[in-house]
Amino acid sequence: MVPALRIAGVTKRFGTTRALAGIDLEVAQGEFFGLLGPNGAGKTTLISALAGLVRPDSGRLEVMGHDVQADYRQARLKLGVVPQELVFDPFFSVRQTLRIQSGYYGIRRNDDWIDEILANLDLAGKAEANMRSLSGGMKRRVLVAQALVHKPPVIVLDEPTAGVDVELRQGLWRFIRRLNGEGHSIVLTTHYLEEAETQCGRIAMMKAGRIVALDSTGNLLRRFGDGTTNLEDAFMRVMKEAA
Amino acid sequence: MIGFLTLLQKEILRFWKVGFQTVAAPVVTALLYLLIFSHVLEDHVRIYDNVPYTAFLVPGLVMMSILQNAFANSSSSLIQSKVTGSVVFMLLAPISYRAFWAAYVGAAALRGLLVGLGVFLVTLGFTGARLEAPLWILVFAVLGGAVLGTLGVIAGIWSDKFDQLAAFQNFLIMPLTFLSGVFYSIHSLPPFWQQVSHWNPVFYMIDGFRYGFFALSDVSPWQSLAVVGVCFVLLAAVTLELLRRGYKLRM
Ligand SMILES: Nc1ncnc2c1ncn2[C@@H]1O[C@H](COP(=O)(O)OP(=O)(O)O)[C@@H](O)[C@H]1O
Ligand SMILES: [Mg+2]
Repeated sequence: MVPALRIAGVTKRFGTTRALAGIDLEVAQGEFFGLLGPNGAGKTTLISALAGLVRPDSGRLEVMGHDVQADYRQARLKLGVVPQELVFDPFFSVRQTLRIQSGYYGIRRNDDWIDEILANLDLAGKAEANMRSLSGGMKRRVLVAQALVHKPPVIVLDEPTAGVDVELRQGLWRFIRRLNGEGHSIVLTTHYLEEAETQCGRIAMMKAGRIVALDSTGNLLRRFGDGTTNLEDAFMRVMKEAA
Repeated sequence: MIGFLTLLQKEILRFWKVGFQTVAAPVVTALLYLLIFSHVLEDHVRIYDNVPYTAFLVPGLVMMSILQNAFANSSSSLIQSKVTGSVVFMLLAPISYRAFWAAYVGAAALRGLLVGLGVFLVTLGFTGARLEAPLWILVFAVLGGAVLGTLGVIAGIWSDKFDQLAAFQNFLIMPLTFLSGVFYSIHSLPPFWQQVSHWNPVFYMIDGFRYGFFALSDVSPWQSLAVVGVCFVLLAAVTLELLRRGYKLRM
């Protein structure tokens, strides 16, 4: 089976900043994968490179076997990205936003799926509301919805729970877990490490543009702990050792 | 194809939703120009023997409205989505750079044509319509809108802030459209400024457009078509290359 993501030898500089200093990573289909690291580690840059928003200086990236540059149409069809920045188009309602996004992916009548997404993200009551009128947490959930309109096999969420309250976070994870159960591969970044600990089967920890630890969540906890540690302690130790 | 049509539809919806600002207001502006200039100049200026000044002015104003609004549409839409970050939704999608260009230019030209049509209809009350060669009118209207829509895409991609876009508008678009024979025939200019005007592509758009109304022009409409056509091809090629490289859109 072709991997959901294949990343090989990817580097990227912004001026003098080495945002990615040689990343090799494979994520298998069906995984629930966590990408952790302090601010500036390069997580967003790596996701942007997968999405074709950033052009790497060297290396290759594939989504479901499709090169993100040479075969960008197929690669983008297979990928759904929830951007870290809380962006929206103030001109449209939630439903219009999702219909337009569907159209970008070549899907014309998508209202059944759109309604299902909205219900699962607790946004059904806001379908006709203008994007401007939504709270930050609601806008974040619309971003999640936008990433899902084309039912992508690979879903990448860059800090999807930032600014979303606890109750809605639970709902979001339920929905994402369901999608994962239905075969979608999930990659997420988050600063809430207990979230990563409960959701992710495998985790990569990044620092300064490199992957400094990569293992199953269980192994990471065993390797860097004494049985009582949580992922937060393991993370701190990995970061210290990588210094 | 659906991707292109969606983007086109979104761009049309974007200006249509605020049609009062984007279509009605420019029609009123053009009408004010007409009232003032025709009042002041009607009895003093005669460019072609059997064409009253007001009638002469109308095609110029229509074309100027088409051009300025086509430019405003693609440039302001692009810079807005860059500044708000919502451009990312188009960049994530499997839309080709050609479809991207065509959708922005299509919507820009359409807004230009709507404003132009509005100006024309409103001015019908002031001067009768003469339509000697309507095909030329259509050709230059569409081509002019497409050229300025394309220029708007370049300006929108290049500008990082609204004031950079305003500079583009004030120091390039406004002089090009005003110094192009909207209000006069360039034959009434001193020789030096006549020469300068011949280097202004907008002069050919307006001259060719006006030919469609009166079958009278400063240069042959075929020559104008050639100049405007070459401009379009060159600008489109530059824009497509910028988009292909992801200039200022993909880091
Ligand atoms: N567009 C950009 N221009 C310049 N520097 C950037 C840009 N994007 C990211 N960087 C830099 O690259 C590094 C990695 O950033 P990022 O990928 O956002 O990290 P993370 O998502 O892990 O917090 C940081 O030092 C950041 O300042
Ligand atoms: Mg980030």
